[in-house]
Amino acid sequence: MADIRNNFVGIKSPNPFWLASAPPTDKAYNVIRAFKAGWGGVVWKTLGEEGPPVVNVNGPRYGAIWGADRRLLGLNNIELITDRDLQTNLREMKQVKMDWPDRALIASIMVPCVEESWKAILPLVEETGADGIELNFGCPHGMSERGMGAAVGQVPEYIEMVVRWCKQYTRMPVITKLTPNITDIRKPARAAHAGGTDAVSLINTINSITGVDLDSFAPMPTIDGKGSHGGYCGPAVKPIAMNMVAEIARDPETRGLPISGIGGITTWRDAAEFLALGAGNVQVCTAAMTYGFKIVQEMIAGLENWMDEKGHRSLDDVIGRATPNVTDWQYLNLNYVAKAHIDQDACIKCGRCHIACEDTSHQAITSMVDGKRHFEVIEAECVGCNLCVNVCPVDNCITMEPLAAGALDERTGKPVSPVYANWTTHPNNPMAKVAAE
Amino acid sequence: MPEGQFKEGIAGGRLSPDQYADNFSDLHPPLDHHEALVESDRCYFCYDAPCMNACPTSIDIPLFIRQISTGNPVGSAKTIFDQNILGGMCARVCPTETLCEEVCVREVAEGKPVQIGRLQRYATDVAMAENKQFYPRAEPTGKTVAVVGAGPAGLAAAHRLARHGHDVTILEARPKAGGLNEYGIAAYKSVDNFAQAEVDYVTAIGGIDIQNGKALGRDYQLSDLIRNYDAVFLGMGLGGVNALRADGEDAAGVTNAVEFISELRQASDLSGLPVGRRVVVIGGGMTAIDAAVQSKLLGAEEVTICYRRGQEHMNASEFEQDLAAANGVTIRHWLQPKRVIAAGGKVSGIELEYTALKGDKLAGTGETLTLVADQVFKAIGQSFVPAALNGSGASIDLEAGRIKVDAEGRTSLTKVWAGGDCIFGGDDLTVSAVAQGRDAAESIHRSLTQG
Repeated sequence: MADIRNNFVGIKSPNPFWLASAPPTDKAYNVIRAFKAGWGGVVWKTLGEEGPPVVNVNGPRYGAIWGADRRLLGLNNIELITDRDLQTNLREMKQVKMDWPDRALIASIMVPCVEESWKAILPLVEETGADGIELNFGCPHGMSERGMGAAVGQVPEYIEMVVRWCKQYTRMPVITKLTPNITDIRKPARAAHAGGTDAVSLINTINSITGVDLDSFAPMPTIDGKGSHGGYCGPAVKPIAMNMVAEIARDPETRGLPISGIGGITTWRDAAEFLALGAGNVQVCTAAMTYGFKIVQEMIAGLENWMDEKGHRSLDDVIGRATPNVTDWQYLNLNYVAKAHIDQDACIKCGRCHIACEDTSHQAITSMVDGKRHFEVIEAECVGCNLCVNVCPVDNCITMEPLAAGALDERTGKPVSPVYANWTTHPNNPMAKVAAE
Repeated sequence: MPEGQFKEGIAGGRLSPDQYADNFSDLHPPLDHHEALVESDRCYFCYDAPCMNACPTSIDIPLFIRQISTGNPVGSAKTIFDQNILGGMCARVCPTETLCEEVCVREVAEGKPVQIGRLQRYATDVAMAENKQFYPRAEPTGKTVAVVGAGPAGLAAAHRLARHGHDVTILEARPKAGGLNEYGIAAYKSVDNFAQAEVDYVTAIGGIDIQNGKALGRDYQLSDLIRNYDAVFLGMGLGGVNALRADGEDAAGVTNAVEFISELRQASDLSGLPVGRRVVVIGGGMTAIDAAVQSKLLGAEEVTICYRRGQEHMNASEFEQDLAAANGVTIRHWLQPKRVIAAGGKVSGIELEYTALKGDKLAGTGETLTLVADQVFKAIGQSFVPAALNGSGASIDLEAGRIKVDAEGRTSLTKVWAGGDCIFGGDDLTVSAVAQGRDAAESIHRSLTQG
């Protein structure tokens, strides 16, 4: 049986599934329900400094986009950090940690970008027995207008400075949560690393408008006729998050820096993908907000079953396994040739592969053969682009089949070369390096 | 005295008022907004969609479903009406299970097609509830066209002609317009007087004058129409009912199924409609099923359909056969009527002979079976009655007993087009009649406007 116990920068949890700092972790009631359901840890909803708490809007806080059957694909949020009194949160955190010692409890913190503020709150948090802190440098809405959240995360120098303060004033492990609302995620990660962070977590939410009310002409969610960009999350952001995780994992300057992966994780498979790209564990929010805490049971069982099936004994067998396979375009093998293949028994003859290829790609799929509706790849035209695979409604009906070395590529009329050759040495590349003699 | 279902002979009032109402409610209730969205999401928006090709009127089904899914039911209805102005009725009565839904790729993939018919009804209901009229009439052409019969073919032709600016007069023998939509469809397929609502919707375009109670051959002749109008469209359907060719079929209690169906549709009080305790329906098509199921729903105790060939030869779709079975109708095969048994001039039973295929030919085996019956419905097909056409002037060419037309619906007579069940090559479907009426109208329009 696979062992999915997690040790993330010394913080132990029975599984790698943590609830991210967000509405589901705002108070003890929710967190206890989550622990009962099986979550390995929680990052408590972001604490602010002592004093009157922030206030939230009293209209809608969330917006969404949906796929077929109104399945939620993306959620956006304009809720701020906790609007509960700091002491109440600290008291509840302490009690929960005492009652659930085997679960990870991390405090997310966001206070003004001045040393005194951090210096003041850290001992209070430490006193709760929390396992670590997460610095919220990510929230893109509201708090960023006050110089906090993403406003810090977008300036690498600030990140480094605050991380340094935290490392100075607490013994707790420091996880720096990054905002994706930047052009190069490696810069803030390097800054956190330079400041001495124990780990980074990403991604926080993405600036977004989920819709426009076409009667009132206001962005959604709409508060009294106006809207503001909120933080976008859910399945739709997963590809963006995974790329950012991989970028940090393979960056020579941050290689080996522990990463807590966040962004649209909904199933065990999503989690496994993040782990493979280099995340040491994962944080989940939107999936729980969509389906409730029970989904963790599918995640735990699914991850275990997959690891058992593949012979992975512990998370260490999985973490980072895909990282070395993430590379730059220029190093992709241009001599690799694949052709689409349509399984005629699985094909339901919807014709979408044909029309996608015919209208928008390479005219490489038939629609009619001998007067009959029939969809088949024309290998002499197929460039192996994979669009047909992506638009086909039947899983595994269209597959990309690599041509073996030496096999004839009907499109080029040439045999497939067995030699790896990429753009850096390609004759069409004016910058081509001369191959080593 | 036995009451209700067990009342002997042909009698009404077999059920309680609630039972009648329940039995004759909508067979396929309308989809609500949520259901329509869920169902429309199932459509794959196929390329060169098989459903569209299976539709006799070639409605762009993937497009209209996509329009429903994007919250544009009115636009969806226009997509439907562009091809089929009687899309509302077709949504209710089309045997979709043998047309669009049979070839839906999800039927192929999962055995569960997108419910195209019900989605079509959803969209057309929305537009008709708003009385959304999509087609302005073209400038008047000054041309006049006579349409014989206000059934699906005639209405579709009239609407298309009116759109093109021609003035249309529809001459209808019956007291109401609608043809089989009004008189020939099982009541539970078209509730709430939908056929008349649809006639009103179609004629709201203007330029269509329906004259009821005007029968060809009785009140006017084809030659009159040819003389008085610029073009004539014949869409009078089938006037005759095939005989059983069994001894004693003139006994009281032997009825044409189409008349029974028509009476039922027109009945204001179903309890007043008499039906036998034991009913035998002879035939294997939709009419047989409609008559049998409705007999059962009216409270008949025992209803048996007898068809002279096998199950695989029945014209009624599998869905319709299942519907009959679900309603407690027994379907028996390989039986042909031999003799109606009467007592005191009234049906008391029917003697049937078993049949078998000898090569391609169907023949009686000599073995017989007698079923007790107090009512026998004939549903063995309708026939075209050409007599009305032959009042005066040149006679029209027929083929296999129906009017012969070319691909555009032109008959052998100049200025005369035809469509619907009265032409050779029709398939007795509302939707095909609509297509033929529409296409003949386009042909008429071309001929009236081109020199």
